[in-house]
Amino acid sequence: MLEVRGLTSHYGRIPALKGIDVEVREGELVALVGANGAGKTTLLRALSGVQGASGGTVRFDGADITRAAPDRRVALGIVQVPEGRQVFAPLTVEDNLRLGAYRRGGESAAATLERVYAMFPRLRERRASLAGTLSGGEQQMLAMGRAMMAQPRLLLLDEPSMGLAPRLVEEVFAYVHRLKEEGRTIFLVDQNARAALAVADRAYVLETGQVVLAGTGAGLAADPQVQQAYLGL
Amino acid sequence: MGAQLTQYLLTGVTIGAIYALVALGFSIIYNASHVINFAQGEFVMIGGMTTVSLVDGGVPLPLAIAAAVLVAAAVGLALEKLAIERARGASVVTLIIITIGASIFLRGLAQLVWDKNFHALRPFTGDTPIAVLGATILPQSLWVIGVTIAIVAALGWFFARTLAGKAMLAASHNRLAAELVGIRVRHVLLLAFGLSAAVGAMAGILTAPITLTSYDVGLMLALKGFAAAILGGLGSGAGAVVGGLTLGILESLGAGFISSAYKDVFAFVIMLAVLFFRPSGLFAARSAERV
Ligand SMILES: Nc1ncnc2c1ncn2[C@@H]1O[C@H](COP(=O)(O)OP(=O)(O)OP(=O)(O)O)[C@@H](O)[C@H]1O
Ligand SMILES: [Mg+2]
Repeated sequence: MLEVRGLTSHYGRIPALKGIDVEVREGELVALVGANGAGKTTLLRALSGVQGASGGTVRFDGADITRAAPDRRVALGIVQVPEGRQVFAPLTVEDNLRLGAYRRGGESAAATLERVYAMFPRLRERRASLAGTLSGGEQQMLAMGRAMMAQPRLLLLDEPSMGLAPRLVEEVFAYVHRLKEEGRTIFLVDQNARAALAVADRAYVLETGQVVLAGTGAGLAADPQVQQAYLGL
Repeated sequence: MGAQLTQYLLTGVTIGAIYALVALGFSIIYNASHVINFAQGEFVMIGGMTTVSLVDGGVPLPLAIAAAVLVAAAVGLALEKLAIERARGASVVTLIIITIGASIFLRGLAQLVWDKNFHALRPFTGDTPIAVLGATILPQSLWVIGVTIAIVAALGWFFARTLAGKAMLAASHNRLAAELVGIRVRHVLLLAFGLSAAVGAMAGILTAPITLTSYDVGLMLALKGFAAAILGGLGSGAGAVVGGLTLGILESLGAGFISSAYKDVFAFVIMLAVLFFRPSGLFAARSAERV
């Protein structure tokens, strides 16, 4: 479904991605782990088209989308839940969700809205509240719900459990697991490598803009190198 | 005394409505880009001058007004496409300087296309004063107030009720998140310039029968409209309306009870006082953000 070959990206003249090869197949949950500043966010930004690629190719369903605009990628089904949630603070919860379906015209979104509310009942309770007044956990639900409104085929999740209390972290991973059970294709970045590897079919380890290890989730979790560097064992 | 006060208030509300429209123009572009568009006054001028010359050329008034609004909107779109968009990635200060340049350029162009004289547009529906509570009001003032109410209501509906309006607000608040839900942020900016120019042009057309119009009429109106926007809190729609009306009424009362020689001073005193004591404006909405 997603095929990344030799992808490079720069901030000014500083390289952040140095030739990434990554693949995500239909129905898979693929995790990306790596230390702070490894380039995880940069890779997801490049996949969404909000960060320019300086080389390499990104293919989606076989079509080259390396230079496609962000709105085109959303229309194709590549939808991101960004790091730090990034909700539209001055708009209501429901308006945030409706904007998630912006590329689909919004009107056909009523059924999807029902499904999102069924998945996140708390969002229904707070539908009329301004998004900026939600707690961190609720904002994460909102960011995920907003992405679901776009009916993603490939969901990119950037640190969905960042800054949340342990109980909420568990809840977020339960949602990720549920989305996977529903057959969604997911590319997950998380600093909580243990939890990420536990739910992932396959995973990549990123170090300073390069993929240094790849394997199954369970395989990487058992790798001594990974255990020492990312699992604190 | 009572009748005199009523008269000043009626006059104040009329010019206040015009200031409110100009202030709304500032706020629409500011919201979309954080740019203060110093060519806002030229949109007002283009609206008035185009209508005058079309009417003088024999075009029926409603058609001339529609055409003038379209011409101003086209100039707004061109300004965004040719100047602002080209400078993508530049700082906000650079963009503001570009709008100052555009303002000077448009004024120069207006001198060439038209002339340096004052022009009058005939009132939309006659000039027989109407008696109100012992004072009088011109039919044109009723047009000003009525059309302003209609425009404010339409804008309020657009931003509060339509997905496109909410997308504009979303893009101004969080550009990254807007791009990630598939909003074309560059189109939002273009739309803001077109919309703002159209609103500005309506202000220029409505006021042309009352205050005359000329190539440089935009200078003073932009300053007054900017003062109104600052007073109400830049970027707030309701603030622009309240700020415009407050400024118009204060100016009219000041001119009536103190001296009309200082009429224009009030706007600047108010603007400086607000910038000094309450830079976010008197009516700035409380921030809903939680950090
Ligand atoms: N806007 C920016 N301008 C310049 N350099 C940046 C910018 N954003 C990120 N970088 C640099 O690019 C590199 C990769 O950053 P990125 O945010 O992709 O890392 P990350 O793996 O997501 O880290 P984290 O775990 O902290 O989220 C880092 O060295 C970072 O300093
Ligand atoms: Mg990151």
